[in-house]
Amino acid sequence: MSQRIPAVEISSRELKHNAHEALQDRQLRGNMRKAMDSLIAKRLASMPDDYEREHLREMGNHVRARALSQLPDLLERLEANLTRNGVKVHWAETVDEANAIVLQIAEAHQAKQVIKGKSMVSEEMEMNHFLEARGIEALESDMGEYIIQLDHEKPTHIIMPAIHKNARQVAALFHDKLGEPYTEDVDQLIQTGRRILRQKFFEADIGVSGVNFAVAETGTLLLVENEGNGRMSTTVPPVHIAVTGIEKVVENLRDVVPLLSLLTRSALGQGITTYVNMISGPRQSDELDGPQEVHLVLLDNGRSQAFADGELRQTLNCIRCGACMNHCPVYTRIGGQAYGTVYPGPIGKIISPHLVGLENTPDHPSASSLCGACGEVCPVKIPIPALLRRLREENVKQPDAPHQVMRGQGSKYSASERLLWKGWRLLNTSPLAYRAFGLLATRLRGLTPSNLGPWTQNHSAPKPAPRSLHELAREHLEGKR
Amino acid sequence: MSDLFHNAAPNATRVAPPLPKARQYPAQKPANVYLFGTCVLDLFFPEAGMDAIRLLEREGLRVHFPQGQSCCGQPAYTSGYTEEAREVARAQLALFEQDWPLVVPSGSCAGMIREHYGELFKDEPATLKRAQALAERTFELAEFLLYVCKVEFKDQGAPTRVALHTSCSARREMNTHLHGRALLAQLGNVERVEHDHESECCGFGGTFSVRMPDISGAMVADKTRALQDSGAAQVVSADCGCLLNINGALEKQNAKLRGQHLASFLWQRSGGGR
Repeated sequence: MSQRIPAVEISSRELKHNAHEALQDRQLRGNMRKAMDSLIAKRLASMPDDYEREHLREMGNHVRARALSQLPDLLERLEANLTRNGVKVHWAETVDEANAIVLQIAEAHQAKQVIKGKSMVSEEMEMNHFLEARGIEALESDMGEYIIQLDHEKPTHIIMPAIHKNARQVAALFHDKLGEPYTEDVDQLIQTGRRILRQKFFEADIGVSGVNFAVAETGTLLLVENEGNGRMSTTVPPVHIAVTGIEKVVENLRDVVPLLSLLTRSALGQGITTYVNMISGPRQSDELDGPQEVHLVLLDNGRSQAFADGELRQTLNCIRCGACMNHCPVYTRIGGQAYGTVYPGPIGKIISPHLVGLENTPDHPSASSLCGACGEVCPVKIPIPALLRRLREENVKQPDAPHQVMRGQGSKYSASERLLWKGWRLLNTSPLAYRAFGLLATRLRGLTPSNLGPWTQNHSAPKPAPRSLHELAREHLEGKR
Repeated sequence: MSDLFHNAAPNATRVAPPLPKARQYPAQKPANVYLFGTCVLDLFFPEAGMDAIRLLEREGLRVHFPQGQSCCGQPAYTSGYTEEAREVARAQLALFEQDWPLVVPSGSCAGMIREHYGELFKDEPATLKRAQALAERTFELAEFLLYVCKVEFKDQGAPTRVALHTSCSARREMNTHLHGRALLAQLGNVERVEHDHESECCGFGGTFSVRMPDISGAMVADKTRALQDSGAAQVVSADCGCLLNINGALEKQNAKLRGQHLASFLWQRSGGGR
């Protein structure tokens, strides 16, 4: 059984500590490696042609950039067209405001049960916890989300929330929590989940979902999924509440075509998902099904901070496919929960500082070798390594320096480290100092300490060569002249 | 809603740079080249730098090694100390003013000069022009040997099996991950063996290796295990950061296997003596 990190102990401030714990968990390491390898292979198999893939990614980048370049205008058009379609649009600057809106709708309908399709924004809001504290049951209907909700965990992946668990672990969980006969048969486990959830769809007063693309021109909410639970959540209960971030808007349906193709291929290697839901309003008088009310909650929660800066704005290109985490050597080893943030992996490291502040994610920008695997696969070409580097820069600024771009600027500011880099600069800009340093390091190589702190945790102490390249090259080249 | 965006910079949206075209190489071998030795190589692998010089000289090139050179600035740049990185980069920029190719026996330092100097000097038009000109004539050693010198090695060593580790910068910034393979393929007695998750990072990442030693350590542990399981008699890499990481970890584990710089390997296999 995998060691489970209980949700209460996970703090995003403790990434280093969480990672240390997670790395000890052989089961987790094995599960993650296997799952990620399979996702990497599936993505590539669905986009085998380099030329086609790279041009599609370029198109995806341009579509997202164009949408962001006119974001305020598109949001207004989205609101107008959704309203025309009968959808009620709500604006929330913070997660508290968003939760209050949801509660208000729930209270107006005297709701006791909420059934949820998968939504990462609702995770940002901690909506389940919020509603349950007010006596309203909130049940996840996505199989992965259902599994981790049963186990009181947080999602480990934005697409596959329970990807860190293997069938044996789910079997034990269903046996313990649901009293089902023990079976490791995946089909049977899924049937058990579906049977329980099916009843809940009919009982629920409200269905909650996320949104993949909000189309401004037509006022359409587009939602992709593979289990049918999204369609059930958004059509069976009398009220549907969609929650999404303000960046999810695109101009028109034509823009959706390349993005949808990129999303499903990058995420699971699918040409298209089993279900593509296009929601354009509540049930009309001549229609037989669908909810009587549809609401959309548009959440900012720090996104406008990223939007304000041209470089950081690229963070908002994200279409939440998860390919960056699938390809990330750090994520593969520590799993999603160690990040202590709603969004883990490379995208989590660049978006979370905007959502919860750099002061709450001080180690996230540093937890990367900048290997670039994420940027290489991002379907909308977010320059993730460059943004990580930029966040490191914001992180070591003086906390009170003017022109604050980020909440929590300077969370890793250290006067002594800054001094160290000033010394490094002096050494590397003064040939005389550099030469003296080289002489000292090579001539005193016997004195290299065997304990070099964190370096010697994994390595033997490196011993400088007897003579530097500067010396050898000078001798060699001067001898020729 | 509109007040959400009150502080947004106007027209700030960025699009990704255009898709890169395959690099065009000079048709003629130049008479002179600069060598940028890199700081890691300078202190820890100086023989690799010398072997790079010898390889270039054997191709009839005159190698220049300005003694004022130090570091490309990458450690500070990737740590977020942009100002410090800029000043160190500026010092290097002043040393390579002749219109000669700059050959760098390390993918990540070459990547720093080629891909990031422009960003460092984006607000200084005159310096930017010089930085761009330098980036244009900066080559990683393997690509320079292969496409500019058009080397043809004759293998003079005994049969052996090697694993090739390619740095992430060579792979993703310099696009030179196939060049090392092509060079090794010229050596008739050298069999290149694959290793598990070959394209994955070794876990070095400069200061990452000391800021996040647990994660970095897990990565290098997997990398060294894969290299040892590959059946290779030795590891070859064109990046000294990775070599420092991989060799340091192998030594700590008391393993027999070691990594060698591609330049030294090529020089020794092709008849170069010490």
